[in-house]
Amino acid sequence: MRTLSILAFLVAALVVSAAAGILVGAVAIGPGDVLAALFGSNDVNGTIIRELRLPRVLGAALVGGSLATAGALLQGLLRNPLADPFVTGTSAGATLAAVAAIVLGLAAPLVPLAAFAGALVTVTLVWRLARLGGGTTVLTVLLAGVVLTSFAGAVVTFLLVSSDRLALQLRAVLGWLQGGVSVISWPELGVAAVIVAVGLGFALVLAHRVDAYAFGEETAATLGVDPDRTTTAVLGATALLSGAAVALAGLVGFVGLVIPHALRFVIGATHRRLVPASFLAGAAALVLADLGSRTIIAPAELPVGVITGLVGAPFFLALLVRSRRIVV
Amino acid sequence: MTNLAATTVTASYGPRVVLRECSFAIGSGEIVAVVGPNGAGKSTLLRILAGLLRPAAGTVALDGQDLRTFSRAGVARRIAVVPQIFDTLFPFTVREVVALGRTARLGAFGRASADDVVAVDRAIEELELGLLASRRIDRLSGGERQRAVLAMALAQETAVLLLDEPTVHLDPGHQLATLELLRELGTRRQLAVCAVLHDLNLASAFASRIVAIADGRIVREGTPLEVIHPDLVRAVFGDGLEVIARDGHPAVLPRLASPR
Repeated sequence: MRTLSILAFLVAALVVSAAAGILVGAVAIGPGDVLAALFGSNDVNGTIIRELRLPRVLGAALVGGSLATAGALLQGLLRNPLADPFVTGTSAGATLAAVAAIVLGLAAPLVPLAAFAGALVTVTLVWRLARLGGGTTVLTVLLAGVVLTSFAGAVVTFLLVSSDRLALQLRAVLGWLQGGVSVISWPELGVAAVIVAVGLGFALVLAHRVDAYAFGEETAATLGVDPDRTTTAVLGATALLSGAAVALAGLVGFVGLVIPHALRFVIGATHRRLVPASFLAGAAALVLADLGSRTIIAPAELPVGVITGLVGAPFFLALLVRSRRIVV
Repeated sequence: MTNLAATTVTASYGPRVVLRECSFAIGSGEIVAVVGPNGAGKSTLLRILAGLLRPAAGTVALDGQDLRTFSRAGVARRIAVVPQIFDTLFPFTVREVVALGRTARLGAFGRASADDVVAVDRAIEELELGLLASRRIDRLSGGERQRAVLAMALAQETAVLLLDEPTVHLDPGHQLATLELLRELGTRRQLAVCAVLHDLNLASAFASRIVAIADGRIVREGTPLEVIHPDLVRAVFGDGLEVIARDGHPAVLPRLASPR
């Protein structure tokens, strides 16, 4: 009952923030005109609502939901509340592949697929590296993640500086790298939505198996979870989710870390509940953050990553202080 | 009746051989203690019996069927292992932890059946966790957490229960209580129980049979009186221990230094 009411509240929060995201913008459009525009008036308002605000709000929702879901899965798998797609190198791999795709001149809708492939390669590498000494430990996963993140960052910088194609749009790419959902096209959104749907589906099916990792991988095995298959499937799902998120919005920090961590205190640790709740809360949070990013210094825009960093970091520190223990 | 048998099992981690040609079986209603010095291969034997480690040579069979032919879930429906790690940073409730024991039987999306609920309720009742059921496991004491994890293994409703040093983090009172409970549950549910124990006195008091391992080999197997014998204790654990008899149960004490 409590779970259902929390999920209902999160759905309502997502709907309200999405409505706010569509209603508010640099150009003031009245609620009546917004409704008319949504259902197909062919004036300027129609273009602003249907081609700019709506894809942007949907994109922000997909990005936030994906990152929070991927964070919940990774934290559960590694038994560590500090895990997220950034720490484990997944986002860095996705970024590198996405930048490479742009350098090679791939069409925009293909970028999410490239990002997913990059995320998958990195997550596989990190896992392989972490396994070298036998069992997987959280520490080695995080260390391998840090190393690969730095390496991918170096390659991205190299590509940015050396590519003629990127030099022309350096500012746009840099903006994207800092996290922003400002330029999202419908085809790109469509591809990302499919990837996210598959990833979320996997996450929901796998959720109860992730619970079994509560006391480590070996106990998960004795409880009846095939550790190799489950770990592979969970990492694949996180690669789908973070790949799509990075392709749409670059590096948006803290959503994947803070949302699942905070929700656990409200809805409990059971992933069957935590995963859907994380998706909804992450989606609502990023829609709001994006709204803030385009209104705070309007008519100019902040990268949404700046907002999530500004709000997320203190929030996370507050949680750490509240729980009064720092765990690596 | 169930029977879990290892036959001439050899096990190694990389080039290091930790068990050599060990043969050993447990059956329903038995409590078997595995004793031996550090690094003798006790935990490895348990991991082999649980199907967590593949033997390099030899076989493990459950009721005559090779353990390798079972899926992970299939093994989990027949053999439960009480983990040594029972701390988690996540706020699972005690009931949720106990319900993890049902993982191998849940439906799609982790849906629990009526049987699952009954098994969880029963395990909670047997370990007297009723009052703690909705408490967060990360806020309980070590002894309470250990009971929750034991209930999780019982909720698996297996015929075999394996424990790796179940008393290692407990004070003497809780050590006794845990083993007392284990003996009672083993009898009531007709479980085949096998526990690695460091404490020879606890092994002597609770086990129906003791297996002594040293340097990767089973050096003796039998009743507490047969195994906790001065010769064997000296050979396996060194000169510092003295075996005394007490009501048919041998007890081991440190030899007192001679007065100066």
